[in-house]
Amino acid sequence: MKILYFAWLREKIGVSFEEKEIKAVTVIGLIEELVLLDEKYSIAFSDLSFIRVAVDQKLIQDFKTSIKDAKEIAFFPPMTGG
Amino acid sequence: MAKEENFCNLSVSVQELDFDIQYEIDNIKRRKKNFGGLASFLGQVRDSRENDKTLLFLELEHYPDMTEKEIISICNDARSKWELHDIRVIHRVGKLIPGDNIVLVLATSSHREEAFKAVEFIMDFLKSRVPIWKKEHYERDSSWVKSEKSDEELLSRW
Repeated sequence: MKILYFAWLREKIGVSFEEKEIKAVTVIGLIEELVLLDEKYSIAFSDLSFIRVAVDQKLIQDFKTSIKDAKEIAFFPPMTGG
Repeated sequence: MAKEENFCNLSVSVQELDFDIQYEIDNIKRRKKNFGGLASFLGQVRDSRENDKTLLFLELEHYPDMTEKEIISICNDARSKWELHDIRVIHRVGKLIPGDNIVLVLATSSHREEAFKAVEFIMDFLKSRVPIWKKEHYERDSSWVKSEKSDEELLSRW
């Protein structure tokens, strides 16, 4: 699965994207799986109220959203466009 | 041809290049003459000096595969809410200095109220629903712009 990071999440994790074999079937499951891998993830995901998620390029509100058939998950901070 | 009057033309660009508001307005006027009013919003990089810090430039990062799609979906919501003739949105990304244009939203309709509302609606959603992030660069440091809670709360008025 392709995982993308933007803005300060990208800086904290150190890459803009990575390909990973994932066991998790939900967004929150994926976060928990990543956090166990390396400290950089636990730092980046320490406060989930600052985390926004897109599954296959669609914003999702519920972290329990399924990622079973997803190809691309993006994590980023609250948006500041306009 | 008969449907043309009811058809709302939509055009969205996400680009590094600058844009010219007059060119964009003329472009709409050339194609259609059936609208009564055009409302516009032009956003630019503020020349900010806070606590002795002078902003050198803004860096706008985005999610290329998603940005344009999100803006189009917001504009489609606007099209279904109000009777509009044209919507034109340009959002710049990359490195921008104070005074540079950031965003342009144009909407035309038969009467002013719908055009004004559509522009405001699109801007409100651009602020907190489109995957774009701003980083401020000063002489000695840089920081990501924090999202405003008030921006998020504004969405509930629609």
